[in-house]
Amino acid sequence: MGFQFQFQPVFARMDALLDGLWLTLQLAGIGILCGALLGILLAMLRGLGGRATRILVDAYVELVRNTPFLVQLLIIFFGMPSIGIRLSAEQAALSAIILNLGAYATEIVRAGIESVHRSQIEAGLSLAMTRWQVFRHVVLAPALARVWPALSSQFVLMMLSTSVCSFISVQELSAQAANVESETFRSFEVYITVTLIYLALAILLRLLLAGLGAVLFPAGSGLGRLRGQVGR
Amino acid sequence: MIRQFTQSEFLFILASARWTLLLTVMSMLLGGLLGFLVALARTSRLAPLRALAAGWIGVIQGVPVLMLLFLSYYGLALAGFDLPPLIAATVSMALYASGFLGEIWRGSIQAVPWQQWEASSALAFSRPQQYRYVILPQAMRIAIPPTVGFLVQLVKNTSIVSIIGVVELARAGNLVNNATFQPFKVFGTVAAIYFVICWPISLLARRLEGRLHARRAG
Amino acid sequence: MPVVQVEGVHKRFGAVEVLKGIDLAVEGGEVVAIIGRSGSGKSTLLRCINGLEQIQSGRIEVSGHSIDPSGKGLRELRKDVGIVFQSYNLFPHLRVGENIMLAPRIVLGVSKAEARSRAEETLAEVGLAERFDAWPDNLSGGQQQRVAIARSLAMRPKVMLFDEVTSALDPELTGEVLATMERLARHGMTMLLVTHEMGFARRVATTTVFMHQGKVWEMGPSERIFGAPETPELRQFLGGGLK
Ligand SMILES: Nc1ncnc2c1ncn2[C@@H]1O[C@H](COP(=O)(O)OP(=O)(O)OP(=O)(O)O)[C@@H](O)[C@H]1O
Ligand SMILES: [Mg+2]
Repeated sequence: MGFQFQFQPVFARMDALLDGLWLTLQLAGIGILCGALLGILLAMLRGLGGRATRILVDAYVELVRNTPFLVQLLIIFFGMPSIGIRLSAEQAALSAIILNLGAYATEIVRAGIESVHRSQIEAGLSLAMTRWQVFRHVVLAPALARVWPALSSQFVLMMLSTSVCSFISVQELSAQAANVESETFRSFEVYITVTLIYLALAILLRLLLAGLGAVLFPAGSGLGRLRGQVGR
Repeated sequence: MIRQFTQSEFLFILASARWTLLLTVMSMLLGGLLGFLVALARTSRLAPLRALAAGWIGVIQGVPVLMLLFLSYYGLALAGFDLPPLIAATVSMALYASGFLGEIWRGSIQAVPWQQWEASSALAFSRPQQYRYVILPQAMRIAIPPTVGFLVQLVKNTSIVSIIGVVELARAGNLVNNATFQPFKVFGTVAAIYFVICWPISLLARRLEGRLHARRAG
Repeated sequence: MPVVQVEGVHKRFGAVEVLKGIDLAVEGGEVVAIIGRSGSGKSTLLRCINGLEQIQSGRIEVSGHSIDPSGKGLRELRKDVGIVFQSYNLFPHLRVGENIMLAPRIVLGVSKAEARSRAEETLAEVGLAERFDAWPDNLSGGQQQRVAIARSLAMRPKVMLFDEVTSALDPELTGEVLATMERLARHGMTMLLVTHEMGFARRVATTTVFMHQGKVWEMGPSERIFGAPETPELRQFLGGGLK
């Protein structure tokens, strides 16, 4: 085995990798933000709405959770133009990310909402709050505090899954890795480098989310004590 | 030439599901074996072993499955193995599974009440005997629902091995789409097949989880 | 006109009829105790008066707001009815003061300053003025229950409902909650309370209602109910089981 690792050619194309990293960050950042909001919204609708709403939301959640992200991406990217909706690869990718994360977030937040005891809701109602006010002021914050770790894990998984967007040639980090690979032929070195970048990103994101959790649900507060009581 | 999406295209896609399933089963077995070792190491009394396992889990859960695939694919080639892509695919999926199953099973082992360790120590069980007769049987019951749940993740993630040329479901869909240009029909079919595979497993996982909770509560 | 008027109320859970035609009137300033065996429908009656359960037939009117089986006008009614539960049900994510301020702010729309002064006032009333910034789960059960009472009082209700508010408490904490309620009664609050504290009911309640099998079995001035029970069921209830 006379193989020698050569990282210099890879480092020489760091600019390409950094471009990719920037796009990955954008996809993940916007995707997580919008996906989380979608999840909260749908979990709320499911809780407050009627039977039909519940069935629709559940169907969406089940469909997304039981099919691969890649296939969802391909349906959106190739399928939408065929019904007259033109999407750039980036737009298709972002839509797929939001729809995918939205389903997982819905499920997680729903579990959080259901963990809030009925008596809390009755206490709110008996103080003459509307159902919406009860949700907003009594249910939501404790529900989110309880599932924050589960949500955080899902966010990290989603960030890592943005790599799949390279399949439709979105020029994010993995796609740029493939570009650099075909220029340099240092396949293993390229992918080791990029893997380490992802790993660093995942660690940073976890720290960030833990920090955010500590700010939103501070230890020693009522919410801090609820943090992470429901998870998977 | 544009072909129609006919029965034969459908059958082609359907038949490719066997590679998805084969890949899932093989990587579950291999990954399960490795994951078991990871879980044992993670709950070991030896701090370095614990750290090693924790590191392994952290890395596997901190990198995209796609990168595990490329690293396996090019890594095996570098090591001088000239193997079909299916092997690299299996290896990468097994690595992926080991990280997640290792963590799931660590949790299950640690969910067994510590008094069980104490009680079995008091009966002069050796450490392996404690595992074999007391801890693992109880941990297993706790582990089954999330393990079944993870199986769904595994099935879905095998779709990415299409990029190294394994003609499983996703790749078959791509091939047919390139020939027919009927993306909704084609990928809809692919999605439906995945759904038919995954949904029953998801339901089973939920049922098992419900039953476990009922038993623990009652 | 009575503050609370209950007429011919029937309540079923599925096929099981829990309230079988309840008639009850509570005048302003009156303290009415409801006693009876477990399962006789006491909690259900209170929950119906607050609209937490829907009734199948009959009518409930509280200070001019009525609820009928359709459930209309519930919120208006609830503004005038405070209820305190056995399990205090404080909001764990809000401090004591915030727990009390929340409903006046978002339901009644009072200013923050006004809500704050109401919270301080009601907390003082239950003897917890200095715990304004505490977290609920740092309080003892008795203190939490008093905060729950203050939270209801801050809405300035016309009537307060209490459902076995001391049952979850250790005996040594029961006293402080009962004392709070007694003070409330002395200050003229109209109260309807379900209790197993017979001594308290006899001393504080003007009227006592004995519920049995979903009906008002016997009712009258507390002295008479406890001193000279008429029905054998009530005699047995008072004689057996309780000191
Ligand atoms: N949500 C419900 N669904 C079905 N049955 C119910 C429900 N709530 C109460 N019941 C039934 O109604 C009956 C009366 O219950 P309720 O709680 O009013 O009794 P109670 O007099 O308050 O008893 P306790 O002293 O034990 O609190 C009981 O038989 C109970 O099982
Ligand atoms: Mg009761």
